[in-house]
Amino acid sequence: MNLSRFTWSVLMVTEKNMRIYYYKGSVVIFGLLFPFIMFLTFFIGRDLDLVLFFPGFLGMMLFFSASSTGPLITPWEKREKTYERLVSLPVVIGSIILGDILSGAVFGFIITTLVWLVGSSLLHLPLADPVALIAALLLGSLAFASLGTLLSSPATDTPSNIMMFSNLVRLPLIFVSGIFIPLSQLGDWAWTNLLSPLTYLVDLFHTAITGDGVYSPIIDSAVLLIIILIFGMGAKTIQQYNLHSGR
Amino acid sequence: MDVIEARNLKKAFGPVNAVDNVSLCVKEGEIFGFLGQNGAGKTTTIRMLTGVLIPDAGTVKICGMDILQEPLEAKMHMGVIPENGTVYADLTAEKNILWTAKCYGMDKKSREEKAQEILERLGLESRKDDLVRTFSKGMRQRISIACAIVHSPQVLFLDEPTTGLDVLSRRLVIDTVRHLNQEGSTVLITTHNIEEANALCSRIGVIHKGKIIGINSPEKIRKEYDTSGFLEVSFAQWISGSILVAGGISRVEPLGDKWRVYTDDTDRAIKDLVHIAEQNNLKIISIATSTPSLEQAFIEMTEGAS
Repeated sequence: MNLSRFTWSVLMVTEKNMRIYYYKGSVVIFGLLFPFIMFLTFFIGRDLDLVLFFPGFLGMMLFFSASSTGPLITPWEKREKTYERLVSLPVVIGSIILGDILSGAVFGFIITTLVWLVGSSLLHLPLADPVALIAALLLGSLAFASLGTLLSSPATDTPSNIMMFSNLVRLPLIFVSGIFIPLSQLGDWAWTNLLSPLTYLVDLFHTAITGDGVYSPIIDSAVLLIIILIFGMGAKTIQQYNLHSGR
Repeated sequence: MDVIEARNLKKAFGPVNAVDNVSLCVKEGEIFGFLGQNGAGKTTTIRMLTGVLIPDAGTVKICGMDILQEPLEAKMHMGVIPENGTVYADLTAEKNILWTAKCYGMDKKSREEKAQEILERLGLESRKDDLVRTFSKGMRQRISIACAIVHSPQVLFLDEPTTGLDVLSRRLVIDTVRHLNQEGSTVLITTHNIEEANALCSRIGVIHKGKIIGINSPEKIRKEYDTSGFLEVSFAQWISGSILVAGGISRVEPLGDKWRVYTDDTDRAIKDLVHIAEQNNLKIISIATSTPSLEQAFIEMTEGAS
């Protein structure tokens, strides 16, 4: 396969997604408003250390924003019947998956970077490890955009079903990932964190901002990289199967 | 040169064989009509030809390139108008066309010029900045066509492009297909509208229950089934059809205020009709001879295959 043509097809799918799906109501609600509301719910009225809490908030912000466009795209296009047109253009399933991931990742990256910039300038937050911050923003946005794309892969043309399903998966993860309670303070329940991919992103943000992550940033980055590959390949396998079965 | 080459295509959905061993070749410059009843396998076949559906077996080559092995290269040569002419409703008419042109790698200047030219040709220039979601079905179909032809494809696939359109939109679609063909595009069009296929296509493939039961020019298909001609006759008075059955007339059926009279011997049938009219003191208003239409040939073919 011609690599430059493939890369172009990925960029075209990304551009289309950015033009159409960034402004959809469910993306704005679940990608922007929801994490803010969650933050306010847990923060207001409690005597919490904001420096300790902020890495968790950034993780949650990136998690929700990066994974909010993916679940919408494929079901929406199947409902509108534009998916068939898309597949008949010079694209392959791989370019559709990567384009969906990239558009979700760009959304998450921009939103979370803005939140970090505003937060750190208003609250004078420290920055212990800039490399870890960049790794967290890049790998985290790609990992959770991949999760969003994987969630959208089951054959359905009803976006609301997938949005409901994606929240069913996403919401429990924020409670077992060290967002509201730092990993170092979880004690006997610490093992539950290992199961959540969000744990490693929040830990990487802790390393970046406070410098006291539980795991090595290399381990956190490696786990996020593996998650990108697993979710991305999973999405491709399912959508390839759908193309074969005509769903 | 064959620009579309399908060999032994098979597709089953559960126990149903939607497409069963379909092979067809379409030559450069042809308008090939794919004719069949609803559910015959037309859309499944065109979806496999365009890479939208992966076949269970068989191969498809577009301009010599295998659609499964070299999908990006093969798709660069084709334009597709899917059933229901879908485009992005949240983009403007012009943005739909420009984005599609960009997908085909056209540079900025050519895609802007081509988009402008097509919008004018399809009568959408004044609505180019409006979101497609505000368009009627006919206008959406025109945008769908614009997106499919913006890169001047060598091969154009149209899946029932005129279904549900008004007369003017239908005419515009047909004229555009003809125009593109004259400019050198090869066209494969699926339809269940026989007259449309007759008017447009140089060759027709008839598909029935997933199998191709005949491929030929419309005229040859009609001739092949020209086993009996018919006459259409109308009388000034009301008559019972039974009085028309005579030596040269094999079958009679009412057709509005006329009678369709089937015969193997037109000359003898006319003489018989004149004789019957004289005998029964009837006044013949009109009498016209005809050969079976493509529609009749199609019905005979599909009934024969059943």
